[in-house]
Amino acid sequence: MTEAHRPSRACPRAFRRFLLSALVGAALATGIAAAALAQAKPVRVGGTLALTGPLAATALVHKITGEIYVEQLNKRGGLLGRPVEWVLLDDQSKPDLARTLYEKLVTVDKVDLLIGPYATGAILSAMAVAERFDKLLVHHTFGIPKMAKYERQFPAWALGPTPEQTVPTLVMDALAASEKPPRTIAIVTSKFPSVHFIAVGAREVAKKKGLKEVLYLEFEFGSRDFGPIAARVKDADPDLVFMGAIGLEGNLLLEALKKLDYSPRNHYYAYPAPGPMATAADAKGAISTTIFEDQAPFTNNKEAADFAKAFKERATAANIPYPIADVQAGVSYTAWQLLEAGVKATKSLDDKAIAKWIHDNKVDTVIGKLRFTEIGNYGDDLSKIKQVQDGKWVVVWPKEFAAPGAKLQVR
Amino acid sequence: MPSATLLGQSVLSGIFTGGLYALLGLGLSLSWRFLNVINLAHFGFIFIGAYLTYQLAGVMGLSPLVVIALILPGLFLLGVGLQWLFARFDVDEFASLLVTFGVVAIVEAMIQWYWTADFRKLETHYGTASLKLGPFYVPVIEAAMLAVAVALCLAGWAVLSFTYVGKALRASAEDPAIASAFGVRHRRLSLLLGGLSAASAGVAGAFVALMATLAPAQIYAWIGVVFAAVIMGGLGSPLGILGAGLLIGVSEAVTMALTAPSWAPLVSFTLLILILVLRPDRA
Repeated sequence: MTEAHRPSRACPRAFRRFLLSALVGAALATGIAAAALAQAKPVRVGGTLALTGPLAATALVHKITGEIYVEQLNKRGGLLGRPVEWVLLDDQSKPDLARTLYEKLVTVDKVDLLIGPYATGAILSAMAVAERFDKLLVHHTFGIPKMAKYERQFPAWALGPTPEQTVPTLVMDALAASEKPPRTIAIVTSKFPSVHFIAVGAREVAKKKGLKEVLYLEFEFGSRDFGPIAARVKDADPDLVFMGAIGLEGNLLLEALKKLDYSPRNHYYAYPAPGPMATAADAKGAISTTIFEDQAPFTNNKEAADFAKAFKERATAANIPYPIADVQAGVSYTAWQLLEAGVKATKSLDDKAIAKWIHDNKVDTVIGKLRFTEIGNYGDDLSKIKQVQDGKWVVVWPKEFAAPGAKLQVR
Repeated sequence: MPSATLLGQSVLSGIFTGGLYALLGLGLSLSWRFLNVINLAHFGFIFIGAYLTYQLAGVMGLSPLVVIALILPGLFLLGVGLQWLFARFDVDEFASLLVTFGVVAIVEAMIQWYWTADFRKLETHYGTASLKLGPFYVPVIEAAMLAVAVALCLAGWAVLSFTYVGKALRASAEDPAIASAFGVRHRRLSLLLGGLSAASAGVAGAFVALMATLAPAQIYAWIGVVFAAVIMGGLGSPLGILGAGLLIGVSEAVTMALTAPSWAPLVSFTLLILILVLRPDRA
């Protein structure tokens, strides 16, 4: 320590008194602020999640993310100097129940703001309620942009307005740039709406890109027996299997293929269950799209890194087998960021004012800078390609987003 | 036209699927016919068996055979307990449907509370192993499951056809009063059958754990098709449910091989409607 920085020996008592007073003052100020925050009427944000039912596995990711966000938000002062309370109800994976519960949140619970449920069907229901009551609705994972017609709804899932074109194009461009571009394609899709339309779009994109379609199959969502489908895929032996899969469907096809001693050369899945797919023995080389992963360069942003760390801790404590923040967690966090940004910028809870601000501005989030000026308030398609390598998901395309040293592996 | 290999492989896949339907529905069929209980809780028992298998074999590393030996007594007692409650409160057939639906919901909630809603997969080195027979692949676990399903259905048929217990059960189902007059102790037999049905659910659950990825909501995944197989096979007929299961499984598989796989779910219910129209006595 230099002489200039050392406290004056001439008045040590005065300095200690000053230091003590400052500390007491700071403690009092902090305490008073905390007490005031605790006593202030909370800002109530209402929403539902599929806490039970077939969508519960993924909804759990959104629950953990929301809890982390609200906790951190309250630590940094809440919204408008008031604590934030998340009024969370269970829609049981039923869109019709989600509609009823959002009506309850608006009319009975009288929440200040709404945040979306998980999955396209439930979000559509919530959107209808929000429109009827002129409420703002920020939501996480709406998969069919052309159906998002309400002006005050804002998607965090940055798919762009036409994912049925942009997503297959991204996948086929990435493979085309590899050392062994595919020439034939088999498209196998669930009839689940938010993956089916992407698979249908993939047929058009494949045609434009000159890939020969050797198989096109549709199966019902919820199918359990993939043996005959696997036999048809093996029979067609395509260079690329493009699967409109959601949840476990990709795993079921891979397991059935494995039992026929067949491994697809290149294989894409729209919305796979990330844990089971990454850890499946036969999923090597599986590709999918993502917007956020717990790896550089996404986590070069400190807030994203802190969130990914907190998520891992909470998810591990919650006994989730794959406790890694991925696209679902990332867009869930983003939805809360949009809400916070809108409220802070307008200094109000007025739905119309916040909606106008979000629409007119670009918002910085953990998944990137978002805009909401295209059809359905969508903006840029921020999708990237990730691939299962050594039992974990690794972003491989575009190159500037690839994890350090990672490269798309093709066969 | 699909190749002979594709068609043959699909038929094989359908046979295994049909065997699973039979295994899942055997206890349901027997309790419906002989106890007048439409026991939806059977599907809850299957998933209790599946999750316990996952826990004991996957997490604790026990052999699945040991696990089956461990969980069967517990599920037997659970079945006995449930049947005792039905008898104690004189629950009729229709009420049993409602009550056991509630039991399924409770089981689902308990599973989700303990194992969370996330997916659980019992990984084994033989999980996706297959034997090659000529041009066809025979998955090892599915083959074992089919063998157990056939064995249980044959055993069930033999017991019902040739033993005192089987004859007593059939007599009680036909006319409890007359059977009782001939010394049949229906109450004891019903507890035994309730326990055995639940134990068969435990066996089915062990195979579900070995073959599928588990999630609590999947309790409901097979209800529709298994009900169709139970009714098509004739209530209380172990060989009937085996035949119906195989018929549905193979029909679905061939539909998937020849046409759009999305048509497959229509098959089981179309067959059911046809059989109910042609053989109304099965309803």
